[in-house]
Amino acid sequence: MAQFTSLTSRIIPLPINDIDTDQIIPARFLKAISKDGMGNNLFADWRYNTDGSPKKDFVLNKDDYKGAQILLAGDNFGCGSSREHAPWALTGYGFRAVISTSFADIFRNNALKNGLLPIIVDAETHRDLFDLADESPRAEIGVDLASQTLTLPNGKKVSFPIDGFAKTCLLEGVDELGYLMKFADKIADYESQHS
Amino acid sequence: MTLPLTLFQKVWNAHVVAQEKDSPAVLYVDLHLVHEVTSPQAFTGLRSRGLKVRRPDKTVATLDHSIPTHDPSLPILDEIAAKQIAQMETNAKDFGLKLYGMDSPHRGIVHVIGPELGLTQPGMTIVCGDSHTSTHGAFGALAFGIGTTEVEHVLATQCLLQKQPKTFEVKIEGELQKGVSAKDIILALLAKIGIGGATGHVFEYRGSAIKNLDMEQRMTICNMSIEGGARAGMIAPDDVTFEYAAGREFAPKGEVWEKALLKWRQIPTDDGATFDKTITLNAGDLVPMITYGTNPGMGMKITDHVPDPNSVKDESQKLALTKALSYMGLKPNQPMIGQPINVVFIGSCTNSRLSDLRLAASVLKDRKVASGVRVLIVPGSQEIKKQAEQEGLDKIFKSAGAEWREAGCSMCIAMNSDEILPGQYCVSTSNRNFEGRQGKGGRTFLASPLTAAAAAVTGKVTDVRTLL
Repeated sequence: MAQFTSLTSRIIPLPINDIDTDQIIPARFLKAISKDGMGNNLFADWRYNTDGSPKKDFVLNKDDYKGAQILLAGDNFGCGSSREHAPWALTGYGFRAVISTSFADIFRNNALKNGLLPIIVDAETHRDLFDLADESPRAEIGVDLASQTLTLPNGKKVSFPIDGFAKTCLLEGVDELGYLMKFADKIADYESQHS
Repeated sequence: MTLPLTLFQKVWNAHVVAQEKDSPAVLYVDLHLVHEVTSPQAFTGLRSRGLKVRRPDKTVATLDHSIPTHDPSLPILDEIAAKQIAQMETNAKDFGLKLYGMDSPHRGIVHVIGPELGLTQPGMTIVCGDSHTSTHGAFGALAFGIGTTEVEHVLATQCLLQKQPKTFEVKIEGELQKGVSAKDIILALLAKIGIGGATGHVFEYRGSAIKNLDMEQRMTICNMSIEGGARAGMIAPDDVTFEYAAGREFAPKGEVWEKALLKWRQIPTDDGATFDKTITLNAGDLVPMITYGTNPGMGMKITDHVPDPNSVKDESQKLALTKALSYMGLKPNQPMIGQPINVVFIGSCTNSRLSDLRLAASVLKDRKVASGVRVLIVPGSQEIKKQAEQEGLDKIFKSAGAEWREAGCSMCIAMNSDEILPGQYCVSTSNRNFEGRQGKGGRTFLASPLTAAAAAVTGKVTDVRTLL
């Protein structure tokens, strides 16, 4: 499983609430049978014109934000479908963390399994980060998972919550399927009691 | 005395195989439904680890999302979709799974055929790589959508790692007015709580109005639980549930059925059990609903006017509404009734069952589709298609001027060629009105089968009660 320990990066602001997985990657790109190439279709309908050229005013296409690895999004990011293609598209593009005030459940689960860190911040920090990204697009922030802190350019530290098990899995690259398979005997017992 | 428990807690507790300290539960899965879109990478994972499917007998696959809904004897022209479908066939064969394939008379949308075949049963845990798995909760099952990595986990171990969600009681009391159906109940709930209002929770729908619904209407409500952010939505099993399940192909039979009934009667929420959240709606106050925006929580009474961003205080919500109205090409304060439309879609795992088609037919009978409007009616399964044709519903649809198709997800997700064009308006019985959901640039109004059929005959958003 993909690991996550720490990261220092600029942030890309997308101040839209309820960004659904159909926007993250439209359904017509789900016909693929591998995980490859999803990053090219990330936010496809917001990012490209009908002829495939980049839309100049979309934030991912602006030079100042190119190469940033942290997406800063509005409330309730990742609502909608269960498609894991959403985190595949985000990580395929190069994102390693998404910051919002809240995440949809299935998206959050899928993100964690792909080494994409969902970071929940309070409304005030959320606003401060949007201001920072607008005013200083080249400013970098630090993310440290072990201490669960964000470090802003002015030195301010903000802590963020994360489920303990998910944190261990990310820090140590724990293979969740491997963890589950350790319960093979208990699963067999359960099955014999419930057949 | 034992602690009173909710339906959810009973089903959850009965499926915990193990739970280590500070770790998620290892939750056993009774039924794993699989479709072509969210499974290929999971099978690739199994192959790379040299693993088998642990319980092929608890795993059922179908083709629904990327398949065409035209004559099934014609070749699939979309090469990428054809490849995905072929991959599902190969995976089912290689791993020994039952697949309701292109030539099966039981093929259909995964959340339609599960109940139809009697695979879906009370008290079960059911998962699928599909967020509308919540549909099966109508039977008192704990059913929820999972990602592809989790699909691989379930294929390999028949278990999932899950943190226990919270509970959310939705009480709906009273009697529905004529012209108002299950779809209006769920759209009204979503308009009230918003698209993220139930994140981290499992709904239990209760109250006299829910008790009075048939199984197909209950499925419509549970189907859209995810649109409020809920992990799942459940309804306690009762005689309506048992009558629906009895005699179906995979339902228990004879003595096993009697034993199952005894067990199922024990799982409804105990008196005195508490929920983390509660909301109450009065069924008698509900009227036909329609969405105006770009998520299912942006809905209103069909008789209301489109909200005005200037009356919204919260800045981010104001921005969201402004953006939605701009995409939808609607003006603040305009009435929805009378809004011209181009397409009507009746189908999807929300509203493609026989009773939905009957409701649509009740409006379309002896009427014609308005000039210039395209109407696509897509049954949820080949079995429903057959039953509808036995009742002559197809003739009503075709003589009205609607297209009558083969089963599939179709224009709900527009992965095949069934899509609306940029700028077009579609009244749709499906579950999502996200930007581009029914085709790039397309604009969706979610509504009930009755409201959709009313729009089909008038060519504009219409209060169906004026046609009944």
